[in-house]
Amino acid sequence: MNYFFTDEEQMIIETSREIAQKKIKPVREHYDAEGIFPWDMVKEMANAGLCGLYIPEEYGGMSPKGSKGIMQLVLATEEMSKVCGGIALSNAASALGTFPILLGATEAQKKKYLPDVASGKKLAAFGLTEAGAGSDAGAMRTTAVKKGNKYILNGTKQWITNGFEAETYTVFAMTDKSKGARGCSCFIVEKGTPGFTFGKKENKMGIRASATTELIFQDCEVPEENLVGGKEGTGFIIAVGTLNHSRPGVAAQALGIAAGALDESLAYARQREQFGQKISGFQAVQHMLAIMAVEVEAARSLVYAVSRSVDAGATDFAKDSAFCKYYASEVAMKVTTNAVQIFGGYGYMKEYPVEKMMRDAKITQIYEGTSQIQLNEIAAKLIKESAQKKK
Amino acid sequence: MDIVVCVKQVPDTTDIKVDPETGTLKRETAGTTMNPFDMYAVEEGLRLKEKLGGKVTVVTMGPPMAKEMLKIAIAMGVDEAVLLSDRALAGSDTWATSYAVAQMCKKLGYNMILFGKQAIDGDTAQVGPSVAEYLDIPCVTWVKKVREVSETEITVERMMEDGVDVVKATLPVALTVVKEINEPRLESLKGKMRAKKYEVPTWSLADVNGDPAMVGLKNSPTRVAKSWSPERKFGKAEMIDGADAAEKADKVFNRVKDLGFIK
Ligand SMILES: Cc1cc2nc3c(=O)[nH]c(=O)nc-3n(C[C@@H](O)[C@H](O)[C@H](O)COP(=O)(O)OP(=O)(O)OC[C@H]3O[C@@H](n4cnc5c(N)ncnc54)[C@H](O)[C@@H]3O)c2cc1C
Ligand SMILES: Cc1cc2nc3c(=O)[nH]c(=O)nc-3n(C[C@H](O)[C@H](O)[C@H](O)COP(=O)(O)OP(=O)(O)OC[C@H]3O[C@@H](n4cnc5c(N)ncnc54)[C@H](O)[C@@H]3O)c2cc1C
Repeated sequence: MNYFFTDEEQMIIETSREIAQKKIKPVREHYDAEGIFPWDMVKEMANAGLCGLYIPEEYGGMSPKGSKGIMQLVLATEEMSKVCGGIALSNAASALGTFPILLGATEAQKKKYLPDVASGKKLAAFGLTEAGAGSDAGAMRTTAVKKGNKYILNGTKQWITNGFEAETYTVFAMTDKSKGARGCSCFIVEKGTPGFTFGKKENKMGIRASATTELIFQDCEVPEENLVGGKEGTGFIIAVGTLNHSRPGVAAQALGIAAGALDESLAYARQREQFGQKISGFQAVQHMLAIMAVEVEAARSLVYAVSRSVDAGATDFAKDSAFCKYYASEVAMKVTTNAVQIFGGYGYMKEYPVEKMMRDAKITQIYEGTSQIQLNEIAAKLIKESAQKKK
Repeated sequence: MDIVVCVKQVPDTTDIKVDPETGTLKRETAGTTMNPFDMYAVEEGLRLKEKLGGKVTVVTMGPPMAKEMLKIAIAMGVDEAVLLSDRALAGSDTWATSYAVAQMCKKLGYNMILFGKQAIDGDTAQVGPSVAEYLDIPCVTWVKKVREVSETEITVERMMEDGVDVVKATLPVALTVVKEINEPRLESLKGKMRAKKYEVPTWSLADVNGDPAMVGLKNSPTRVAKSWSPERKFGKAEMIDGADAAEKADKVFNRVKDLGFIK
């Protein structure tokens, strides 16, 4: 479908595609098998200028004036995820870790932290989840206690993407438990701060090129200048805002994985012969391919529409953001599963890329809010909107 | 460090059609691109600048459409690009081309001039050394590595058929580079955006104080008398078949042995 991309968007697609095809594709199997962090690929993205697509120009990024640059981030993430959803995540998760600064930080904090992320010199990470606080982020137990001009952080964050590899961490902690959600605050914690260490690196099913670790805070002293926005109690609002802005990015990762699996399936079906003919001649296979293509295109249309709407300044887009994250991740799982089906036994083998794509797709239904949580949020919004209409 | 990189527009060999009748290149239908060896020269220029500071300018002598080719270098990150284009230059051979390119370098000023090893169409590998002659500066050809460089001196490795020469030269210097020297970077997004808007300045022969009596077909001492593709000679082909891989391998082995290639 022709989405009438602007010249800039077209350049982002071409640049990302070139990196994906020339640089990422030859090494994706290696990084998946070894489970090591793809720093050389991050350098490629940085050199190409893909790390600051959602960061305004005044902080060294490339987000055009009057836009949030979400569409730009989405296009780059989609293109790179077509080849490897794990490697693409290094940049997308950095965006997740940076949104709290973009949305809630003071001018001084933005000036200090955004340029290095925009240039790709440093990666960021987002620390919200804990062992006992996943979907229910409000159950978090990490605390930050003010002492003089510092905050003392204690607690452990779990499954943090870019953990250990990133330099800049946005971490959520309770500054006042008695206030519930309003007692949560967000801090910028730099790697190397005394009392801030990393736990074990997880051994995962998919996106194995991505690093997932614990963040451990033991009497970690964070200067008060690093309280995001300079005001206590805004953490929950920042976290929700961040997820609303970042979900199109996860959706783009899911979309890319699905689109990549569709391409592989088409190429394979045109070449594999059984019963004396190409399997692409069997109507059962043709219909599978056709349905996959419809779903990928529907996901793409939704992801682009939401991204463009957010960029243009939509204010109340939590539901839209959940729409595209939910739909694209469901499509990714379905399409990659069917891709393995079309490949038959070969699809189950690591020598063929669809095996990895199916493993990579699964995470998109889980992080940044599970599919169930997206549906909860969508339903809650629908019911509220309907009730308001009645009045 | 002011670095000038000389680049040439050549037919895009990834997009080439051969006339089935004559077996020659169909130049009219081929797209054009930057001479592949010159990409390495551009990359080396960028790396030297990153190390030493200064400015990288790419230049070419060619038709107006060569501007698009220069934009490849802009997208890779060079500071400026200049085109020398003038009717008087049409039909220039390496002697005249080198004179014109040397005049451009003089006008720009330079500490170092980089060239590709050779152009993939003309193939003479003369332009680099000839430009150096016109400018009366040292020239090192076939450079595969820059070992050390300062404001006054450079040490390079020169790739020879039988090994490596290590050569020291004073600056200003001209170098022609081989593809072993580096891996050219991809065009960056910022570079592409700049290239899209970049207006390539076009100089005339007069702009570079060029003498019309030194250039053009009339003043070129070399003439290409005739140019043709050698007749294709097909050897005899023999198909070897067998029931399975092992049998095929056996048969191939025995045949090659019969022919005396294996003793
Ligand atoms: C098929 C063909 C055959 C030719 N044969 C001859 C011949 O035998 N004798 C002859 O005198 N002329 C010849 N010419 C004409 C002449 O125009 C040369 O193409 C031109 O002088 C460059 O020489 P070259 O292509 O051999 O480049 P080379 O000398 O092989 O190029 C070496 C390097 O010099 C630089 N360079 C080359 N051309 C330019 C340029 N225009 N602007 C800036 N930098 C440049 C590049 O860095 C390049 O990598 C031929 C042209 C063609 C297309
Ligand atoms: C590889 C990976 C990377 C991650 N990266 C990050 C990161 O960078 N930063 C970060 O902060 N977190 C990160 N996470 C954490 C992730 O966001 C959580 O795993 C996710 O929010 C789900 O939480 P949970 O795993 O505790 O599942 P749970 O909340 O325990 O959910 C278990 C199941 O119950 C369902 N469920 C829970 N509550 C409800 C409900 N109210 N209604 C219906 N169903 C419900 C869920 O949908 C799910 O199916 C990452 C996780 C993984 C696996």
